[in-house]
Amino acid sequence: MRTSKLLLTVAHRLAILAYIVVALFPLFWLLKVSVTPNDLLYSEGVRMWPSRATFEHYTFVIAHSAFPTFFKNSLIVAGSTAVAVTILASLAGYAMSRFNFRAKYWIVALLLITQMFPLVMLVAPIFKMLSPLGLTNSLTGLVIVYTAFNVPFATFLMQSFFDGIPKDLEEAAMIDGATQFVAFRQIILPLTLPGIAATLGFVFTAAWSELLFALMLISGNDAATFPVGLLTFVSKFSVDFGQMMAAGILALIPACLFFLLIQRYLVQGLTAGAVKG
Amino acid sequence: MASIDIQSIRKSFGAFPVLHGVDLTIRDGEFIVLVGPSGCGKSTLLRMIAGLEDVTSGDIRIDGKRVNDLAPKDRDIAMVFQSYALYPHMSVADNMSYSLRLRRSTKEKIASAVGGAAAKLGLEPLLERRPKALSGGQRQRVAMGRAIVRQPKAFLFDEPLSNLDARLREQMRAEIKKLHGDLRATSIYVTHDQIEAMTLADRIVAMHGGIVQQVGSPLELYDRPANLFVAGFIGSPGMNFFEGRYLVSGDHADLRLPNGTTMPVRKRDGVESGSAATLGIRPEHVILADNGALEAKVDLIEPTGFGIIMHVTIHGIPMKIFSQDRRMLKPGPTIRVDLPQDKLHLFESDGKRVD
Amino acid sequence: MTIVAHQKAAKPLRKRIADASEPYLYSAPALILIVTVMLVPLVLGISYAFRDIQLLNPFSGGFIGLDHFRALSEDQAFFRALRNTLWWTGASVFLQFFFGLILALLLDKPFAGRGLAQALVFLPWAVPSFLAGLNWAWLFNPVIGPLPHWMYALGIMDAPNNILSDPHLAMWGPIVANVWWGIPFFAITLLAALQAIPRDLYEAASIDGAGPVQRFLSITLPFLAPTIAITILLRTVWISNFADLIVVMTNGGPADRTQIVASYIFTQAFKRLDFGYASAIALVLLVLLLAYSMLIVVLRQTLLNKG
Repeated sequence: MRTSKLLLTVAHRLAILAYIVVALFPLFWLLKVSVTPNDLLYSEGVRMWPSRATFEHYTFVIAHSAFPTFFKNSLIVAGSTAVAVTILASLAGYAMSRFNFRAKYWIVALLLITQMFPLVMLVAPIFKMLSPLGLTNSLTGLVIVYTAFNVPFATFLMQSFFDGIPKDLEEAAMIDGATQFVAFRQIILPLTLPGIAATLGFVFTAAWSELLFALMLISGNDAATFPVGLLTFVSKFSVDFGQMMAAGILALIPACLFFLLIQRYLVQGLTAGAVKG
Repeated sequence: MASIDIQSIRKSFGAFPVLHGVDLTIRDGEFIVLVGPSGCGKSTLLRMIAGLEDVTSGDIRIDGKRVNDLAPKDRDIAMVFQSYALYPHMSVADNMSYSLRLRRSTKEKIASAVGGAAAKLGLEPLLERRPKALSGGQRQRVAMGRAIVRQPKAFLFDEPLSNLDARLREQMRAEIKKLHGDLRATSIYVTHDQIEAMTLADRIVAMHGGIVQQVGSPLELYDRPANLFVAGFIGSPGMNFFEGRYLVSGDHADLRLPNGTTMPVRKRDGVESGSAATLGIRPEHVILADNGALEAKVDLIEPTGFGIIMHVTIHGIPMKIFSQDRRMLKPGPTIRVDLPQDKLHLFESDGKRVD
Repeated sequence: MTIVAHQKAAKPLRKRIADASEPYLYSAPALILIVTVMLVPLVLGISYAFRDIQLLNPFSGGFIGLDHFRALSEDQAFFRALRNTLWWTGASVFLQFFFGLILALLLDKPFAGRGLAQALVFLPWAVPSFLAGLNWAWLFNPVIGPLPHWMYALGIMDAPNNILSDPHLAMWGPIVANVWWGIPFFAITLLAALQAIPRDLYEAASIDGAGPVQRFLSITLPFLAPTIAITILLRTVWISNFADLIVVMTNGGPADRTQIVASYIFTQAFKRLDFGYASAIALVLLVLLLAYSMLIVVLRQTLLNKG
């Protein structure tokens, strides 16, 4: 009995370890190639770590390429989108959580529909709509499009966080002399900070990664985001792997940082939703 | 401080009615307890006075001013919630001063109001703590403190003690009563616990099924319950009932039980002979006597320390007797009892009391 | 009398309007944005399917009825893309779900270091999809990646070649990348559902004498079933629309062997700038996905009614 329990525990830990290795190995490989000097790249192809490591690819990417521009553009787009979506989704999620109104079911249906249809379908019409407004090839255009795409899911996410906060608290605040909006701002929002963090991080990562619309709406390096920049780089000069992977690692950092900060809250938010549903 | 006037208030949630026309006048400084089983509409009525629920029809006036369409914040009332509803991200002091800060009171005024309330409730050492670092009883006190700093026109309590254990509940009950003695503020208190209602109220409003059953002082409700519901709800252990037919023969009257035996009762005017009626007697009013008129079969003995609750059967009808006679811990298989005439309550077939 | 009555009526009206409009004020900004940036383009996109819209041709724009659909019915590339979509979606969803469920079950038990393990195994989810695609493309590249050499050493492959350029194997490249990238999504969703199962149910079942397998079958699975059903439905729709990895890794090649409908739409719009034809394909895809969703919902309903 004891040994079988011990065996089970060992098997459990080994399985977890296997998952971790599979999850991290590709990222590790990215890191490994990014620090391998060019002359060792082919001779030490399948070695786990180069006999000599270097940061020259990083310094080159940062100093002599358009990547700082891409990085800045992506940061602006992802950051603005995350903030805009979180504000809109907090307001809408609060309405869904706290009010009973006639159009609620229609709004829920609308939000669900936006999650069902292929976004590629919107590529052409959005291009046609944005181009007379001068919003193609512009970061503003991307932010508007990304905000709209991310608001529906973020609204559901925020709603599940609001649902977890007792209604008594606003009622107490309203009796204390607050309007519903003041109660929302001063009492409910501060209590939803984990949810806000989760939403911010989730949307930031999504906007940071978006490829198809960026490819379609952006031409030229000035307004290119990371995905577009890296992809054009790959298709034009698919020789310098070290530099590309260094750029990839740099692109990975903000998304992973955000994710590590918020993943706890994300499971929490989904659990709250699951309990309710 | 203010009077509160409620006139033919009705409330429906969709097509589902929960209050069927409630009238109630609360005098300045009075302590009113709304009591009834869950679902009777007492909390809804309280929330309507607070402005948290819309009024379907009827009027609510505070100090003569109609408040139906005022937001909660404009009614100048304070409320203590069952869950306390303390703001988790604020310290005790900030919780208590939030309403004053919303009204942009001066710093000095806030400090003195919070200080005064904290002193009254013994909260001074806790002022900088967050609610999650407080015990249940302390949280309850903070919720009270939050209500009294404002000196509102009225206090509303929504089952404020039901999350506390029995000992604390007893203690807080006494404190609320003392506080009301000091402040003499108009208070409306909702509870399902009839002990709280009896001990706290100037007047009790007993509610059932969205209808006010009786309004009166605690002892009025205990001594002269207006109907079967109030008779059964007030008092613990609850009143015993015998259903039968009220029969008049000459000067005296009887209740004839379904099995044919009769119990003598005082003759009442205005009750037709032969009509269905219910006889009630409180367990503590049953007299144990060796030469008693009735024989009771003993089913079960429940000692409470303070006294003994005996479950017995009389004429095939189960009833309870409360006694402080320790000898009754080990009674025989049967005992003899008397039901004193002046302690018997008679209710007509529609449940109304007849004197 | 009339004045009193008038006052009584006027005020509630203003208050009624204020009360009724409040939820709309909160949700209006989000709704306006969604309608203008998603719903209007959707309707436009549907109309494009019946028009001749080519970006580089200034004389295009006229209504051409069902011409696009006629062309589509004879487009061999489209039908190949349709078959590829089935294969791509089916394999990805099944493998993601299978490995995701195992991971969720592994993480459901408390153990030392669970927080860290959870953060690490969920990390692929945070990797931007284009980067995940590039990353796996590089891993499959014999010049730079170890995978071809390992597979050769294990005897799975005859020579250390890039599977992405082998027409028979190429689809496995994006599928593997997709599975790696998508396991965390299933695991997170299922883990959240697992943690919502009341623990005392398991205790009661143990006391009643149920073994681990019986507990899984009689408690875990029934509780997870609704989550599994809805997640698989949403994920199937999502993955069949998900072209990023394919665009990045193979761009539909070699010889259109990895072209799925979504990437085909993108190629038509992006490379040939034929928006009308792209929208017609998108409309067909939308109808197919709607039909699929309806089928699942109806199936679920009949199953529920039976049970």
